Amino acid sequence: MSLDIILSILEENWRSFLNGAYMTLLIAIISTIIGALIGLFIGIMHTIPVRKKSIKSVILKVFNFILTVYVEIFRGTPMIVQAMVVFYGLAAYGVQLDRFIAAIIVVGLNTGAYMAEYVRGGIVSIDKGQYEAAEAIGMGHFQTMTSVILPQVFRNILPATGNQLIMNIKDSAVLSVISVTELFFTSTSIAGANFRFAETFFITCIFYLIMTFVASRILRMIEKKMDGQNAYSVESKREEPIV
Amino acid sequence: MMEKVIEIKHLNKSFGSHEVLRDVNFSVNKGEVVCLIGSSGSGKSTLLRCINLLETPSGGEIIYKGENILDDQHDIKKYRTHLGMVFQQFNLFNNHNVLKNCTVGQQKVLKRSKEEAAANALKYLKTVGMDQYVNAKPRQLSGGQKQRVAIARALAMDPEVMLFDEPTSALDPEMVGEVLKVMRNLADGGHTMLIVTHEMEFAREVSDRVVFMDKGVIVEEGSPEQVLVNPKHERTKEFLKRTIKQ
Repeated sequence: MSLDIILSILEENWRSFLNGAYMTLLIAIISTIIGALIGLFIGIMHTIPVRKKSIKSVILKVFNFILTVYVEIFRGTPMIVQAMVVFYGLAAYGVQLDRFIAAIIVVGLNTGAYMAEYVRGGIVSIDKGQYEAAEAIGMGHFQTMTSVILPQVFRNILPATGNQLIMNIKDSAVLSVISVTELFFTSTSIAGANFRFAETFFITCIFYLIMTFVASRILRMIEKKMDGQNAYSVESKREEPIV
Repeated sequence: MMEKVIEIKHLNKSFGSHEVLRDVNFSVNKGEVVCLIGSSGSGKSTLLRCINLLETPSGGEIIYKGENILDDQHDIKKYRTHLGMVFQQFNLFNNHNVLKNCTVGQQKVLKRSKEEAAANALKYLKTVGMDQYVNAKPRQLSGGQKQRVAIARALAMDPEVMLFDEPTSALDPEMVGEVLKVMRNLADGGHTMLIVTHEMEFAREVSDRVVFMDKGVIVEEGSPEQVLVNPKHERTKEFLKRTIKQ
């Protein structure tokens, strides 16, 4: 493996690599967002308080059962298999999905299954006092969730979402089985043409590393920005008059 | 004849088989400052939490301005806006700054405009001496400051009655004073207040009436002098002896 060869491969194929990386990023970002929304929805559904034995509670129970089945299936099977089932399975019924759309569906649903647990945990971990304070000033469940609880949940699940994004950047490589032209698939084609597997995939490695590294740094920055300063300084330091 | 704001009749509350409140009867009059005292586990916090329905009573009636709010028909959310609650653990909304903590309820629940809510919030933040901290987040504040903001948040809803659930119990000793000072001013200002507290000195100074609870029942109530200085019941004497020793 020599630097010359690596550079020449890069010179010849940089466009393809960039296109592949772009596809990978696009799939990872869109499906992470979709997954986070699915997770949020399920997490919220699982924490709706209902009176026992009301009609609402029965409907909710059935609904939550379906959601649990979804979560279990997607967490319990490999994504590579899910990709095959979704793409070729639907094709067998005459639904010819665009490969890119299929990719987003698979990764999005997969992410959603994981995010559901993070969100549920995020909601449960909010101090009971926050709910009580909101209730005590007369807020309903919906108002409490939207203006007090969920904003705090967003902050709490941000690290998990970031993790999921990084995993999606890497794991989207398995989508090459349904010929999505993401980075891994592109690399395989390039290597297949020049027979320089080691050098080609070394470049692929670097591309993945750059993407994941930049993604994690950006997320850290967002977290820091959301947290703000630890201390608060009053502009004019005067004796605090109480009343 | 004084106007009763809240009247409680035969209130019971049990957690499983454990009876926390047994046949509690009492009332709060308009403009009155009532302190609930008693050892921990006596049910005084539960009583307070039953009044604004953070705990659902097992039986009895809670009458607010002549209406039993335990009726199924009653609008609990609206009722709660008439009660300002101050918690032991402050429970400020962690995601909002000081000003937003005091305006979010006014805007979402009372449907006041942003400007009106902010003006009202500022008025009460000034009352508690926290108007310089409008942009601070709760985690940037000390315990005493948080509690003062929590009091302003409750006041901003313009409630009929202020409920305090051991407001100084989670504070460092040097911060107790600033919170009690704010409360003293509110009492002087004619607010109706129901306070669960362990601060006997404070209870004696500010309250019009002191209620002593033990094991889920009201043992004795009366003026601070009656209950705290010349208690009639053995259990009250016992309790006071213990607290004064500490």
